[in-house]
Amino acid sequence: MTTYAHPPAVDRAAAGRRRSRWLAQVGWRHVVGVLAVAFSLFPILFVLSAALNPLGTLSSTSLVPTGGVSGENFADLFADTAFGHWFVNSLLIAGLASLVSIFLSSLAAYAFSRMRFAGRRVGLLTLLLIQMFPQFLAIVAIFLIFTTVTDLWPAIGFNTPWGLFLLYMGGALGVNTWLMKGFFDTLPRELDESATMDGASHAQVFFRIMLPLVAPILAVTALLSFIGTINEFMIANVFLTDTESKTLAVGMFGLVAGERNNNFGMFAAGTLLTAVPTVLVFQLLQRYIVSGLTAGAVKG
Amino acid sequence: MSTKLSGPGSTRTPGRGPAGPGLPRTARTARHHAPITATGLAVKVVLLGLVAGIALWAAFPLVEAEKWVGLALLAATTAGLFYLYLTPRHIPAKYLVPGTLFLIAFQVFPVLYTASTAFTNFGDGHRGSKDEAIVAIQSSSVQQVPGSTEYALSVATAGDPATGALVFLVTDPATGVVSAGDADGLRRLDPADVTVGSGGKVTAADGYTVLNFGQASARSQEITDLVVPTTGGALRSSGLSRAYEGRAIRAYDAGCDCVTDSESGKRWTADEKTGSFVAADGERLAQGWQVNVGLENFSRVLTDPNISGPFFGTLLWNFAFAIGSTGFTFLLGMAIALALHSPRMRGTNLYRVLLILPYAMPSFAMLLVWRDMFNTDFGLVNNLFGLGVDWFGEAWSARAAVLLVQLWLGYPYMFLVATGALQAIPKELTEATSVDGASPWQSFRAVTLPLLLVALSPLLIASFAYNFNNINAIWLTTEGGPFPADNPRNGATDLLITYTYRLAFGAQGAEFGTAAAVSIFIFAIVATVSAISFRNTRKQEEVYS
Repeated sequence: MTTYAHPPAVDRAAAGRRRSRWLAQVGWRHVVGVLAVAFSLFPILFVLSAALNPLGTLSSTSLVPTGGVSGENFADLFADTAFGHWFVNSLLIAGLASLVSIFLSSLAAYAFSRMRFAGRRVGLLTLLLIQMFPQFLAIVAIFLIFTTVTDLWPAIGFNTPWGLFLLYMGGALGVNTWLMKGFFDTLPRELDESATMDGASHAQVFFRIMLPLVAPILAVTALLSFIGTINEFMIANVFLTDTESKTLAVGMFGLVAGERNNNFGMFAAGTLLTAVPTVLVFQLLQRYIVSGLTAGAVKG
Repeated sequence: MSTKLSGPGSTRTPGRGPAGPGLPRTARTARHHAPITATGLAVKVVLLGLVAGIALWAAFPLVEAEKWVGLALLAATTAGLFYLYLTPRHIPAKYLVPGTLFLIAFQVFPVLYTASTAFTNFGDGHRGSKDEAIVAIQSSSVQQVPGSTEYALSVATAGDPATGALVFLVTDPATGVVSAGDADGLRRLDPADVTVGSGGKVTAADGYTVLNFGQASARSQEITDLVVPTTGGALRSSGLSRAYEGRAIRAYDAGCDCVTDSESGKRWTADEKTGSFVAADGERLAQGWQVNVGLENFSRVLTDPNISGPFFGTLLWNFAFAIGSTGFTFLLGMAIALALHSPRMRGTNLYRVLLILPYAMPSFAMLLVWRDMFNTDFGLVNNLFGLGVDWFGEAWSARAAVLLVQLWLGYPYMFLVATGALQAIPKELTEATSVDGASPWQSFRAVTLPLLLVALSPLLIASFAYNFNNINAIWLTTEGGPFPADNPRNGATDLLITYTYRLAFGAQGAEFGTAAAVSIFIFAIVATVSAISFRNTRKQEEVYS
């Protein structure tokens, strides 16, 4: 656990001793790293192999494709299922939900961090407490509410992306607000106070000064809520029953729910395609993610 | 970007800390006098116009359905929004109201609704009002009497053929009139909207999908159960293409508040306490109605051995699962972060990119993949290591498997945050300990670990709370199994939330009231644990500042 700097290696050290020192100080770190990467990657390799394996069944899948390599599963996925629809639905719902939800929670986080008002402390605690009650436990109530909504406004009822979007917005304030409030707290107050003295309105302070400064945490929370929404299965499963209105989670679950062995290749292909947008955004935002998560973590 | 670590290592400038409530700030008064800019005004007009438009669009159906309470709520909310954003006062509210509106409508209201359900017997057989129960009892007792009318029947739906609500399309043999019928009754259809085939069967109708034979036979139980009330009795299906109109054998008599069977003469009297019709010999009719049962659901959870036994066993495993998921991922993530955290390490970026891939994969899909990797016969785990373990067949191996999956899914996140927190720890601190002659282990125990814990404990608590109710992790892998032979309701890997889900929607019949009561217990447990942990972290830093 040598995380501190050592005095520079002394010149008289023999090459052999240097090598054993390297092993003791750096080499074992690479061993740990490689083992960890192996653990991380082997299920993904398994999925990759299944996706490329034209046999497409679970029993024929191993870490190396046994039946050669082909893109058949990908073609079947688009030809035999509504995968394209699911993909668009998921991207639309998750993208829109994460954008709007981070905007709403950044508004709230700004107010909680910078303003003092009656009920502020209670509001923060209430937010925390409500989050402890998983929205899914209220699914019966939600189902009944949306039965009425579907009767009155079919455009935002069952089987529509908008209804699900509204439902996800219900949880928009919460963990994200806390994470962002922590980040807002780390920005010096002098910044916005001087802007206010110069005659900026509170809206100008928020949009022109605060939002650009909190861009890293916005990126992180947007990504986290995007991942969370794409993976949400139970509520969407109750909500979306039409084949074409399903999201990836619901649709792909249906693929392996019945004939799970035979559809495994298609399922694996779908898994890889689902991962593409997330992995891309992830690599783009990597630098922000580490610092953003930690900054949020520091203040809760 | 500031990633300053608060805690023992840093001090806060007192003047910069947030002010206490009620402390007058000059900045606030200055804000009132800020000039209104042209862009600001334009944005305000557009957004408020949008609000007015949405409110108007929402109002029409409410008026049509004569839902006056809903309309009043809508009007009040819209008026409130207009007031809030046109007045220069209430600045904090301007920022808090948009999210709060969603929160109240889609989170708080459903939670309150759920809480009120916990005091009722809502569930299968107790879904609606007493009147609805009486209609259901009468129409389900419909029997064919000699000489009753036989209709040609087509089964249709307005939604998805596999799941949409069923509708009977029937043709009167005497008049040729086509009607659509469901549990609410019969409606005549316009002859122009329907196509009637030979034999009187409807082959197509506007707005409906007529089920083909395969689709209909897949749902034959639902078709048999569907009863369409009519003036003279009710319509029921006989097979998939004929329907008959029959007479109700059981009838409700308001005078004695009871249901009488005209064939056997048996009588069931209404019991308002349990919401059902009970005969003198104790027999209950299947259809009851919803009543308030007070605390009965809660006391049942605690005292009924059929529920409380599994409840406490599940609670124990639930804690083990949440602590295990959080703890193992944290330990592994931190260990790898520490191993890679060295100025002499090369290629850390590559390691990081590869290590966090599991976190970027869609977790719902990877849970299903892991489920298949643990397959006894052709799963990767058994094949790769030459094992023949029936992973999901034994309680302990299933639990171990679930925790391993959680570890794989969760440790990249912990690795990421631990890496970030390590970078934020000032190097001088660890250098100082090494100068003082501490071993690496000592300096880790005394300096690095406490600082890491201070930084990450809010995230650990959040992770615990999330995993406590991680329904996906269980439902998509083991579905709560394996189940003991004598109890199909409660499996070895069931969390309280999957147990509740089965109570609410399970094959044994829905028990929404009991499920809601269990939900409230879960909420109380998670909230208590989190509150205690937050109180402890608060001692170390100003979480509530």
